[in-house]
Amino acid sequence: MAKYKIVHYLNQFFGGIGGEDKAGCLPEVREEAIGPGIAIAQALGEDYEIAATVICGDNYFGENLDEAADTIVEMVKNYRPNVFVAGPAFNAGRYGVACGTICKAVEERLGIPVLTGMYEENPGADMFKKDVITVRTGNSAASLRKSLPNIVNLIRKMAAGEEILGPYEEGYLERGIRVNYFAQKRGAARGMDMLIKKMKGEPFETDLPMPKFDRVPPAEAITDMKHAKIAVVTSGGIVPQGNPDHIESSNATKYGVYSIEGMDSMSPEKFTTIHGGYDRQFVMKDPNLVVPLDVLREMEKEGEFGELVNYFCTTTGTGTATSSAAKFGDSIGKKFVDEHVDGVILVST
Amino acid sequence: MRLELGKIEIRDIQFADRTYIGDHILYVNREEIEKLVLEDDKLLSCRLDIARPNEAVRITPVKDVIEPRVKVSGGGEIFPGVIGKVSPPVGEGRTHALDGCCVVTVGRIVGFQEGIIDMSGPAADYCPFSKTVNLCVVIEPKEGLETHVYERSGRLAGLKVAAFLGEAGRHVKPDTVEVYETKPVFKQAAEFPDLPKVGYVHMLQSQGLLHDTYYYGVDAKQFVPTFMYPTEIMDGAIVSGNCVAPCDKVTTYHHLHNPVIDECYKRHGKEINFMGVILTNENVFLADKERHSDMVAKLAEWMELDGVLITEEGYGNPDTDLMMNCRKVERKGTKVVLITDEFPGKDGKSQSLADTCEEATALASCGQGNMTLHFPAMEKIIGMQDYIESQIGGWAGCMNEDGSFEAEIQIIIASTIANGFNTLAAKGY
Repeated sequence: MAKYKIVHYLNQFFGGIGGEDKAGCLPEVREEAIGPGIAIAQALGEDYEIAATVICGDNYFGENLDEAADTIVEMVKNYRPNVFVAGPAFNAGRYGVACGTICKAVEERLGIPVLTGMYEENPGADMFKKDVITVRTGNSAASLRKSLPNIVNLIRKMAAGEEILGPYEEGYLERGIRVNYFAQKRGAARGMDMLIKKMKGEPFETDLPMPKFDRVPPAEAITDMKHAKIAVVTSGGIVPQGNPDHIESSNATKYGVYSIEGMDSMSPEKFTTIHGGYDRQFVMKDPNLVVPLDVLREMEKEGEFGELVNYFCTTTGTGTATSSAAKFGDSIGKKFVDEHVDGVILVST
Repeated sequence: MRLELGKIEIRDIQFADRTYIGDHILYVNREEIEKLVLEDDKLLSCRLDIARPNEAVRITPVKDVIEPRVKVSGGGEIFPGVIGKVSPPVGEGRTHALDGCCVVTVGRIVGFQEGIIDMSGPAADYCPFSKTVNLCVVIEPKEGLETHVYERSGRLAGLKVAAFLGEAGRHVKPDTVEVYETKPVFKQAAEFPDLPKVGYVHMLQSQGLLHDTYYYGVDAKQFVPTFMYPTEIMDGAIVSGNCVAPCDKVTTYHHLHNPVIDECYKRHGKEINFMGVILTNENVFLADKERHSDMVAKLAEWMELDGVLITEEGYGNPDTDLMMNCRKVERKGTKVVLITDEFPGKDGKSQSLADTCEEATALASCGQGNMTLHFPAMEKIIGMQDYIESQIGGWAGCMNEDGSFEAEIQIIIASTIANGFNTLAAKGY
């Protein structure tokens, strides 16, 4: 009997059901290795068994993401596999997205190690390589022979719970996760080595290829300020005394929403700042420096704008991960859209 | 300028009835030091303690770390403009360093930005001061002291003690003598005409309000970029006054032991012609950033540098200065390599830097500060653990009842210091 069980996911084409005309087919289970699964099973040897292959049409999956994922996760669950493998999808876009989606769902919901494979330009690779180990493949099925040893090696490691090394050692697409290690030389020496090569015009390898930032174009200007509903959002760490939501002073993982209803200014008895990146002294004395409630109330009374939203949203900006900041922004933005807020004063520090 | 740096190897510190060096041991008269520190009437008390490598000891909250040094000849005094006389300038003649020991200033926090030194356990791998013998100066400020006044008192206490202890090495024969020399610009260029001319753009933390650095006593946010002979820094021309995140705090020790300057001298005359240091700052106003990055590029061009290494102190806001310097210097035709640390979030998946530019094609990583680590309980705490949860790197609930805690490595002093002092680096997984 095999020591380790695997469940494999394929689309209608690799599952042998048919081509584009069968792309709408519903998920089904076959208790055998099929198509590329046969090669994987052979390479893995007798300690491993593909207990089941789940086949689903690419269009069905793409048009019914949640339902398809729910159904397939249930199918996988029945077999209690040690590893779940999807694809490889090579350069097939819809298939790649399906492989990524189902891998992520299986890992999150069943806690089973998962693996897929894709060509690096497959749109599914960009969407899921951060979350799912994606073996680098060529752009067509003819390249399976080349990536097969990496797939097999990773399945073995995952089944045995062994440490998975870096993307270059193991042949998967870089997930963009920054991991610490102790280098042979200190940073200054590595920098100097790089500079000497760069000055000579020789090839060198940077430790950090520059990321592409997600730039948000500014919104259209407000034309009718007299009736505009204005809110305050800050990354300056202003919180009620006692920091009730325990927002961190650096690398915040949450934001807070606090009422300013009935207040004409930010009182230092009620509010403080927990920001770890600037000198807090002046702001602790006068929190209006960061949440300018005093001036905003005056302007509101004088009719300079319509109305001030009766709460502010706040977090700590220093050392805060961009992924957390994007999450806060989406969530605060949604709240403001729902409440018909016209403009936001974003106070940084 | 030519400097002979004599290193006296110190293997231990012990308390004694007078202060002197004997057989590689630094003997310290406790009362003498405490009296010296308490000359400052802003401080209520001062307590000394010794922490040695491999002991189950944790030092926190740490303000600064300083190596004792003394100016033996060549004019000038150690820490000019702060402890020593401001003139004549330093960087020439002979200096003695007490190698292997440090003064560590400790006391309740000024800001959240003060960190930890563990003398053993997992965190010790990340901290250079887990390997030195440390004389800890634990200070207690007077009640109600304004934070800036307290910061200044703490800063001066450490420097005073280090200068005082350095005196003990004035007449001691050093174990090794290293010689460093940088000539005036035309002579230096002519000395190795076939080697590429390399400079170091040293960005000093100057965001202000407890994020300050001093050059000959001048607050770094008040100067415009200038040229510095590399040997000046070895005599304490630059001292730390900052409270940036512990992990990339450039302590006064790190100024004395600047790794980029050290590396440039190592390759000098062999692979490169080291021309000197362009000193600049990291001010928060956009006009300052624009003006000073222009001036850095201008100095690089004026010195006809073929390449520069650029380091920053801190993260976030200074990343913009780092990128402006990189872009403008590259556009003058000088090749740039950046050295810095990364903050990609707890899961390591976010952007490592707050700013980028397409010219930043070469970067040496000093590791990422968001990695979490378990800090075991220690037998002895020098200072106090009262602030761990609010110190940078900690979080509410990270502290356990037995005195152990979880925290990001950014709570460790100089763990990811962004000038390439350590071997820690990060790579993409």
